[in-house]
Amino acid sequence: MTYDILITGLIIIAQILAVVVPVLISVAFLVYAERKVLALIQLRRGPNIVGPFGILQSFADALKLITKENIIPSGSNKIVFILAPIITMVLSLAGWAVIPFAPGWVVSDINVGIMYLFAVSSLGVYGIIMAGWASNSQYPFLGALRSAAQMVSYEVSIGFVIITVLLCVGSLNLSKIVLAQQTVWFAIPLLPMFIIFFISALAETNRLPFDLPEDESTLVAGFFTEYSSASFVLFFLGEYASMILMSSMTVILFLGGWLPPFDVYPLNVVPGVIWFTVKVIFILFLFIWVRGTFPRYRYDQLMRLGWKVFLPFSLFWVVATSGFLVYFDMLPS
Amino acid sequence: MNKLIKSFTLFELFQGLFLTFKYIFKSKVTINYPHEKGPLSPRFRGEHALRRYPSGEERCIACKLCEAVCPAQAITIEAEPREDGSRRTTRYDIDMTKCIYCGLCQESCPVDAIVEGPNFEFATETREELIYNKDKLLENGDRWEQEIAQNIHLDRKYR
Repeated sequence: MTYDILITGLIIIAQILAVVVPVLISVAFLVYAERKVLALIQLRRGPNIVGPFGILQSFADALKLITKENIIPSGSNKIVFILAPIITMVLSLAGWAVIPFAPGWVVSDINVGIMYLFAVSSLGVYGIIMAGWASNSQYPFLGALRSAAQMVSYEVSIGFVIITVLLCVGSLNLSKIVLAQQTVWFAIPLLPMFIIFFISALAETNRLPFDLPEDESTLVAGFFTEYSSASFVLFFLGEYASMILMSSMTVILFLGGWLPPFDVYPLNVVPGVIWFTVKVIFILFLFIWVRGTFPRYRYDQLMRLGWKVFLPFSLFWVVATSGFLVYFDMLPS
Repeated sequence: MNKLIKSFTLFELFQGLFLTFKYIFKSKVTINYPHEKGPLSPRFRGEHALRRYPSGEERCIACKLCEAVCPAQAITIEAEPREDGSRRTTRYDIDMTKCIYCGLCQESCPVDAIVEGPNFEFATETREELIYNKDKLLENGDRWEQEIAQNIHLDRKYR
C-alpha cells in the first residue's frame, strides 16, 4: 500500500521534472534568442563570447546574478518582498500542468484545462502587486498599479476570445480543443480573434509595446526596481516562463497544438511534440519581433485599446460566431 | 473610412514588422571590437609620445611652445642646458587626465617631437598611472615610432 503511494509520488515528481526542467532551459535560450534577434534587427552582433555564438550567455548571467548579494530594502515588508518573486515563478510554472505537448503528453488531463490555465495566468498579477507594495518605494508601486490595471483590462478580452474558441469546440479540455482543429486550425476561421489574443497575450505578459509595469524610461524597472540577485532571477524566469506559457496557449487555441499543418505523409510522421515546439518557437519569435519593431504605448492609449477597441470587438465576435454556429446548425454536441 | 480600414487591418503595423524583418538579414554595422578594429585616420589623436631622431638623440629642444599652447595646461616642462651645451628638457610631464586631445601640442612643435600617436587603448586602473613623465613618453615614442612616422609621411601634403 505505502509502496504504491511511493511509486505514484515518484512518477508525479518525474512528470513535474520532465516539464519544469525543459521549460527552465528553454527560458534560458529564449533570453539568448531575444537578445540575438533584437541585435539582428538593430544591426548589432548581440552576445557572442560565452560558448559557440554566445549560446551559454544566459547561464553565465544566471550564475552571476545568483552569486550576487541579495539586497532587501530596510523599509520593505520582508516576508511579502521575498514571497512575491516565488509566487510569480510558481504560478508561471503551475500553468504547465495542463498543457498537452503531444497526444497523451500532459501532466494532468483535467476537463476544465482552459479555465485552470486562464486562472493561473491571471493570478500572475498577484506576484507583481505584492512586489510593488512590499518594496515600499514609489516606482515599484506605480509599476504594480499599472500592471494590475493592464492585466484586468486585457483579461476581459482574452476571456471573450477563449469563449469564441470554446463555442467552436464544445469542451474545456485542452486536448479536445486541439483535436477539434484537425480539419482547420482556428487561426484561419477566427483570424481576428487570433490577432486579438496575441496582442492581449503581449499585454498579459508585460511585453513591449505594453510593458508599462516595467517601463524603464519612466519607472526605472517598474515592480522589480528593488530586487536583486536570486529574487530578481526568479522574477525574470517567471516572466519568461509565462511568456512561453502564453505562446503555448496561443498554439493550443489557434494553431492546432501538436497537429501537423496538413495531414499528409511526410508531415504526419513527425512527432507531435516537435510540431508543438516549432509552433511555440514561431509565436515566441513573433513576441520578440514585435518588441523589436514597436514603441511603447502611452498609458491612456493602452487603456483605450483594451476597453474601447478590443472589448467591443471581441464581444461582437462572440455574438457573431455563436449566431453563425446556431444558424447553420454547426454547434458541437 | 479609409483610415478605419487601415487601422483595423493593422496595415501600418505590418509595414513596420516587414521593415524590421528586412533588417534582420542586413549586414551588421558593429565590429567585433577587441578582435577587429575600425580604420584610423593618419591624423588620429591618441596617446602622446616623444620622438627621437634616427641617431637616438631626442628631438625635443625645450622651446615650451606646447606647454604654452596647451589649453588644458596638462603639460609641465623644466629645462636646462646639457653638458654639451644643447638645450634639453629635464622634466616633461603630461597629465593625461587633464589632456583634452586637441592636438595643439603636436601642431605647435617645431621639431615634431611631441606627437599624438595612433594608440587609444591606454586605460589604467589607477589615476597615478595616467600622469606621464618624460621616460614614459620617450618609451611610447620608441614603441610607436614606425606608425607615427608613417602617419606623418601620409599627412605631409597638408602640413
